[in-house]
Amino acid sequence: MRVAEAWRVALDALRANRMRSLLTMLGVIIGVASVVILVAIGTGTKQQVEQQVEGLGSNLLLVVPGKIEVGTAPVVSPLDLKDVDAVSRVVGDPGRVAVTVASGATARAGNRSDFTTVQGVLETTPSVFTRSLSRGRYLTGADVDTSRRVAVLGASVARTLFPERDPLGQQVTLAGVRFRVIGVFAPLGQSLGVDRDDEVHVPVTAAQRLWGTQRIDGIAVKAPDRERIDQLGERIVAELSRRHPDTEFSAVTQQQILGVLGDILGVLTGVLAAIAGISLLVGGVGVSNIMLVSVRERTREIGLRKAVGARPRDIGVQFLLEAVLLTSIGGLTGMALGVGTALLVDAFSPIPAAITWWSLALAFGVSAAVGIVFGVVPAQRAGRLDPVVALRAE
Amino acid sequence: MTVAAVEAVDVSRTYELDGVSVSALRGVSLTIDQGEYVAVIGPSGSGKSTLMHLLGGLDRPTGGRLVIGGRDVASLTAPELATLRNETIGFVFQAFHLLARTSAVDNVALPLVYRGVGARQRRERAAAMLGRVGLGHRLHHRPNQLSGGEQQRVAIARALVTEPAVLLADEPTGNLDSATGEAVLELLERLNAESGVALVMVTHDQEVAARAHRRIAVRDGLIRSDTRHDRPGSAGSGAPATLDPAPSAEPRSASGSGPGHPPGGSGGAAGATGRLPRTGAGGAG
Ligand SMILES: Nc1ncnc2c1ncn2[C@@H]1O[C@H](COP(=O)(O)OP(=O)(O)O)[C@@H](O)[C@H]1O
Ligand SMILES: [Mg+2]
Repeated sequence: MRVAEAWRVALDALRANRMRSLLTMLGVIIGVASVVILVAIGTGTKQQVEQQVEGLGSNLLLVVPGKIEVGTAPVVSPLDLKDVDAVSRVVGDPGRVAVTVASGATARAGNRSDFTTVQGVLETTPSVFTRSLSRGRYLTGADVDTSRRVAVLGASVARTLFPERDPLGQQVTLAGVRFRVIGVFAPLGQSLGVDRDDEVHVPVTAAQRLWGTQRIDGIAVKAPDRERIDQLGERIVAELSRRHPDTEFSAVTQQQILGVLGDILGVLTGVLAAIAGISLLVGGVGVSNIMLVSVRERTREIGLRKAVGARPRDIGVQFLLEAVLLTSIGGLTGMALGVGTALLVDAFSPIPAAITWWSLALAFGVSAAVGIVFGVVPAQRAGRLDPVVALRAE
Repeated sequence: MTVAAVEAVDVSRTYELDGVSVSALRGVSLTIDQGEYVAVIGPSGSGKSTLMHLLGGLDRPTGGRLVIGGRDVASLTAPELATLRNETIGFVFQAFHLLARTSAVDNVALPLVYRGVGARQRRERAAAMLGRVGLGHRLHHRPNQLSGGEQQRVAIARALVTEPAVLLADEPTGNLDSATGEAVLELLERLNAESGVALVMVTHDQEVAARAHRRIAVRDGLIRSDTRHDRPGSAGSGAPATLDPAPSAEPRSASGSGPGHPPGGSGGAAGATGRLPRTGAGGAG
């Protein structure tokens, strides 16, 4: 009975001061909405990246010079095609070994141009990385062996350079040298804001000639099975270290990449959520403030209630409920706003967003908790008011 | 007359204000018996309200012993005292103190909320009580839709809905014009006579005080006189009292209990000579 009355009174108090309640809630609404949105974006991005890394193909091993760690500077690669042959011998199957030597370059066709990434690769790339074409064919061993100037375009490069025409058989100029288009990749989409269809594949030999280098930036190996993947990595690194004693090499698996990326994105999401959480706290301070005002305004009411038999706890519960209602309603509103915005972002922007139930539960729980934490002091103050003094208040 | 509703023995109340202590009551003894009709008079600032707050358990004495409904206030925790107020006491204030956004019937039902009575029963009892104070047709009006006299009737209904032993009214007609005030007064007297609730009322009006069965004069935090009339306004010791406020009144602690014997006889007589002022002209306030 008493609790029912406390509910009624608390709701009534919020209704009596609609504008003030709304403004007070605003802090909580914004805080909760930003937590939900940012966690959704963080989660969505993480899921997308995981999908993409897994989509690269299974049992993938990436071998690069230097260390794969956050914050280490890239190393100029000492690798060349002879090292690739050596790695192929270690693996025992050249068909499982892919390479890249990449550089930014302007691609031109007619009066159109597009700045893109040109990758020098072997004919093995589609099978190692599970890439598929939408049109034409991929590079062949003969293309690579003879440094043929043929190119496979990424979907967006094809769209930019040949918006109306069929690109197959057309000429593109890469860094001033003409190549013939023999294929177009099926689109991949975006990843962390990067357009993955913005690339052009040419034979590694042609690319090296284009840039006047013997360099290979990195080697990718599709391991025969998952069990021996680490062991294979170690053997490849050992072989490369033997050939280049001054350079350190790293072999990483998809799982390790996923782990590192997951960690980075997790930290990022956490930091964003924490920043959003601060606005929730600020909202809580606002609630505390307005509750103190509410207690002062209703001092005589408190005195009267005590005179007719309300216990300190009855008064305290009433005001605590008011604070919790304030933040909970704010929290629910913020959740709705956050979910709505996240869905819109996911649908109408390149940024992925995924709603997770735990982020909703957390946001709501935190907002209710903020109400309790910031409502306790005003509620206690109300509960302890001396009824005689309270009845005399203005 | 069996068990006293409220008993105060040598009760004092001192306020501390910035290190200065103000003695609002300085040793007061009295007993309120069941069904009594008591008028409390005295100049402004003499301690009447303080006394009412103590008798109603709204405040605690800083000295002496206070027993409400057979329970020593000093032994009660704050929630216990709140429950005791709810069960034993009804308050009527000069300023009505109704909840503004709440209908008459819900205002009256409020004490029942804290007694844990269910919503339906609360409304029924509140409506019935409003009927008894003549406001059966105003159940769903809000305070701002009621006249001052009606508001005070609502407050009286609220005070009585719990069927308390004592009704404490601190200048209940102070905010009302004389005709309305008279009607409210008659209502209080009728309820006192009908239901047997003890009525303790602070008033500035000598004529009103004379209608009570018993008159307590307070001055400077002390009881200067405490006189009973067998019948209000009748002959005997009551008659002179209406003309001259208690010149020869025996100052006594209500039911003659010994210990906290309050003011000396001579002091009481001196303090009470001359007409008691309607307002605080001669008082401390
Ligand atoms: N809360 C308080 N703090 C300090 N002094 C008070 C307080 N309440 C009452 N007093 C003082 O106690 C005395 C008696 O006050 P009160 O009981 O209200 O008198 P009355 O009701 O007879 O006018 C006055 O001097 C008043 O100033
Ligand atoms: Mg007073």
